[in-house]
Amino acid sequence: MTPHRPDREVAIVAFAQSDHRRRTDDLSEVEMVMPVLHDVLRQTGLRTSDIDFTCSGSSDYLAGRAFSFTMALDGVGAWPPISESHVETDGAWALYEAWVKLLTGEADTALVYSYGKSSPGSVRDVLTRQLDPYYLAPLWPDSVALAALQAQALVDVGATDEPALAAIATRSRADATANAHAQLPGARPQGEYVVRPLRTGDCPPIGDGVAAVILAVGDRARELCARPAWIRGMDHRIEAHSLGVRDLTDSPSTRLAAERAGAFEAPVDTAELHAPFTSQEVVLRRALDLDESVRVNPSGGALAANPVMAAGLIRLGEAAARIHRGDSDRALAHATSGPCLQQNLVAVLEGEPHVR
Amino acid sequence: MTAPSETLRAPLVVEFPFTRSLGPVQSAFLTGLRERTVLGVRTETGEVLVPPVEYDPATAAELRDLVEVGATGTVTTWAWNPAPRTGQPLATPFAWVLVRLDGADTALLHALDAPGPEAVRTGLRVRIRWAAERSGAITDIACFEPYDSDPVNEPAAHDGRFTDPVTGIVAAARLDYTYSPGRAQTRYLHALGERRTVGERCPSCAKVYVPPRGACPTCGVATTDQVEVGPRGTVTTYCIVNIKAKNLDIEVPYVYAHIALDGAGLALHGRIGGIPYDQVRMGLRVEPVWSDDGRYPDHYRPTGEPDADYDTYKELL
Repeated sequence: MTPHRPDREVAIVAFAQSDHRRRTDDLSEVEMVMPVLHDVLRQTGLRTSDIDFTCSGSSDYLAGRAFSFTMALDGVGAWPPISESHVETDGAWALYEAWVKLLTGEADTALVYSYGKSSPGSVRDVLTRQLDPYYLAPLWPDSVALAALQAQALVDVGATDEPALAAIATRSRADATANAHAQLPGARPQGEYVVRPLRTGDCPPIGDGVAAVILAVGDRARELCARPAWIRGMDHRIEAHSLGVRDLTDSPSTRLAAERAGAFEAPVDTAELHAPFTSQEVVLRRALDLDESVRVNPSGGALAANPVMAAGLIRLGEAAARIHRGDSDRALAHATSGPCLQQNLVAVLEGEPHVR
Repeated sequence: MTAPSETLRAPLVVEFPFTRSLGPVQSAFLTGLRERTVLGVRTETGEVLVPPVEYDPATAAELRDLVEVGATGTVTTWAWNPAPRTGQPLATPFAWVLVRLDGADTALLHALDAPGPEAVRTGLRVRIRWAAERSGAITDIACFEPYDSDPVNEPAAHDGRFTDPVTGIVAAARLDYTYSPGRAQTRYLHALGERRTVGERCPSCAKVYVPPRGACPTCGVATTDQVEVGPRGTVTTYCIVNIKAKNLDIEVPYVYAHIALDGAGLALHGRIGGIPYDQVRMGLRVEPVWSDDGRYPDHYRPTGEPDADYDTYKELL
């Protein structure tokens, strides 16, 4: 299948995120979001009034309140009226919407942000409410339980084992020591089984956090950023809702999204994978055919900080920031949503080789 | 600016009994469970999907060809749950399992009652343990239990007809939260506890927000500068409520108004009392009335001052 080549060049020109913390009781959502918005705008010198399109991602179920994103929008400075949209999922999909908006020519700059405040509720229980309400939700299978079923399926086919999963956890959290925003940097015990075969160390931290990026087109991007991270392709795909009809050891939706995004046309040097559970990195590496030459999750990944609804956007932001810094020339960024990697988004980002 | 003495927090419960209607396939499946019969649906390629769906996940073709499968099956993957959570099928440690029932080509998620993880493996033979009372829901399967048997792999044709079919389910849910309102609203609520109303000024446009939420939505910056407003204010606009709200102990008709407290940059809303409903007017000067144990004004009543001039509040409508 031939990937689609966008007519307009669109780049991520700035990325900011909060320090991710277990609780932020002292902050309302807008109080949590605002400093990150100010940070990302400051990096480009743009003001809200300079931004053509704003798109956010979050979930009311985390906060337990309807239309919670409208309050967070106060942190943008939405008056006089701005062009704005919202996705009720990870901010990576808000970035996708903004990217499409820029490709259509209706905007030249976009602000994308997302946030998750998991601390008010029990995120394992909250996430059960995204499941099929007829056959699954009445059983309250929590997010760790579903990931553990996938992990056991991987063990059964010989794709991994507990020591290999522990090594993924160790590598991720060691890498996170270089990430000032991470919630769980450094060595952690693998701990007891949460739901066997997954131990505490195989699971992501629960926490609150925010991420924001700015997108711009063509020469506007070059004005705003010394080395823009050009989005060469982006695609997202979904698999059947019912877990029992899927091969949990594989992720055909990730592979197809990557193919459509052009990921297989040339090697990538970096991959930021949204794998909240160690076992999911195994699935994604297989689906994306990543070998040891690719630097996977140098940020520490979702095992070091997993603000639900922002963790996917952070993968795109971290990949872009590596290009901005000259640490990467061609990076793959992945975001997921839903149980057992149900929905997957893949973007390919590149820096111009002559600009470092 | 004074720091909040402590962050406020309170329990917040979200409960919702979603009432959902069932299509022909889901209705047959869930009614079947009530009658201890497990139905699947056959795809165009001959695969049997259990639990059944109305449209083929691969081709989107409409599926209506129901078949009966076994109440025994094989575990295709599993996960041992040492600490069951509220709402899950069993209260004692159990295994989550995907089970391919005999005659089916796909797997159903449920719980397996087993003494410990060493008693569970992929490939384990299991059977359904039916709930004593069944209503036509996935929980009519209480759980699975280990059962040594040979598979029976031929699904039998079934017309999907039952007397008194289930046509809907109630998907009840409850989520528990601890709500904390953040710094700005904590300061506001603490001040209300002292029967003072405190707004916050935007450092950029100088507008005073009441109640404050921590940000100026016009400028997108934090509002940190606290300003005491009121207690008196002006009715900027109002409406007359003629329908009694459920669980609300207020006689209708009554007046609900926008009230611009003196010094505030926008109006908040409150009920007007102490005056016949048909005498409330724009510009009426009002003051808060606190009930004995109230944490916020119960209502606002006329002060007796002359009405405010329209020009003094026209920007606050």
